[in-house]
Amino acid sequence: MEFRDYYQIMGVKRDATQDEIKRAYRLLSRKYHPDVSKEPDAEARFKEMAEAYEVLKDPEKRAAYDQLGANWKAGQEFRPPPDWNAGFEFSGDGSDAGGPAGHSDFFESLFGRSFRPDADGRRSFHAQGEDHHARVLIDLEDACHGATRSISLRLPVVDAKGRVTTRERILNLRIPKGIREGQHIRLAGQGGPGFGEGKAGDLYLQVAFRPHPHFRAEGRDLYVELPLAPWEAALGATVRVPTPGGVVELKIPPNSAAGRKLRLNGRGIPGNPPGDFYAMLQVALPQADTEAAKAVYRNMAEKMKFNPRATLGV
Amino acid sequence: MEKHSEPLVTGRIVEEEIQLTLDDLCVACAVHAERIVELVEEGVLEPAVREPGGWSFGGSSLRRARVALRLQRDLDINLAGAALALELLDEVESLRARLRRIGED
Repeated sequence: MEFRDYYQIMGVKRDATQDEIKRAYRLLSRKYHPDVSKEPDAEARFKEMAEAYEVLKDPEKRAAYDQLGANWKAGQEFRPPPDWNAGFEFSGDGSDAGGPAGHSDFFESLFGRSFRPDADGRRSFHAQGEDHHARVLIDLEDACHGATRSISLRLPVVDAKGRVTTRERILNLRIPKGIREGQHIRLAGQGGPGFGEGKAGDLYLQVAFRPHPHFRAEGRDLYVELPLAPWEAALGATVRVPTPGGVVELKIPPNSAAGRKLRLNGRGIPGNPPGDFYAMLQVALPQADTEAAKAVYRNMAEKMKFNPRATLGV
Repeated sequence: MEKHSEPLVTGRIVEEEIQLTLDDLCVACAVHAERIVELVEEGVLEPAVREPGGWSFGGSSLRRARVALRLQRDLDINLAGAALALELLDEVESLRARLRRIGED
């Protein structure tokens, strides 16, 4: 397993005070919290940082970690020395770890596995199982038409010995027609098992769309960039446009400028009301790569008296 | 890693088809009812139905509750701070959406 340099992760010196470490955590957690951050790797960074803080904020764990010595480099192959933590006693169970449970192998080799069997002590002898949450990626078309898809989830499970392991679960899921990005699907009884006679918990899946080669979803509306030939934009035309419901013929009014938005009512993501479909017009310029093409452009230049920079006052 | 396959499951869209009871929300967020009541008192959540028999919430409360609780826990901020952050995040998101639309006009 690889050594983790918790000081480097938190951007503090090895002799930083507890206050400095706390301050660094506050700054980094606001920057990388997955609910707040727009950084692409926010979730991974946050998890790494929460783990580093869990060790460094606790004087006992920090002292034990420091004892490994300052010569380790991040990423270096690491094996804990025998009896490395002799003489240290860790109080608490680390259950106040920021973020969802799931420490690195490095952390677990030093401090053992911890898990929160029950964050708030809701258990009694008979109790409902925990609800589980996961994120799934689906295709936009499946949201438009509904579909049955095999979805792979990685779920942490606690085995009989109390160890946390990851289990892959293949879910054969019926995707509800009309679901939008960010919404949740609730699968009743598919969460954690109940205790005693308690019923199983539910599984909540938060839906995100895979990037689509043509369409972009905004709530229930869909957008496509639609390139036009200059003469189609200038003279008007009827052109074929792909939509999730199939190809439609769209009438382009004469003198359509690039950037104009044409709406197809009700052809977005289905629902009550259904979303709309927007074609964002673009004008594609043909290459002047033949004599004939050059002649056409020269002819236009002569006859059109067009100054595209009139608004710039030149 | 152990593999395990499942029969076909059908779910419902939380935001559109589901009203959550107070207990549903507690279980989904793994917290005691008092924490959800605090969120209502702070105005983070608004029960769709307030009856003596109990509250029920629109499905979109699920995301709001979970984000508010996560912010409190991970950023070590109090409830009012989390409520403010949530409001500002909503506003940023709607401004971003407007920006994307204007950028295309």
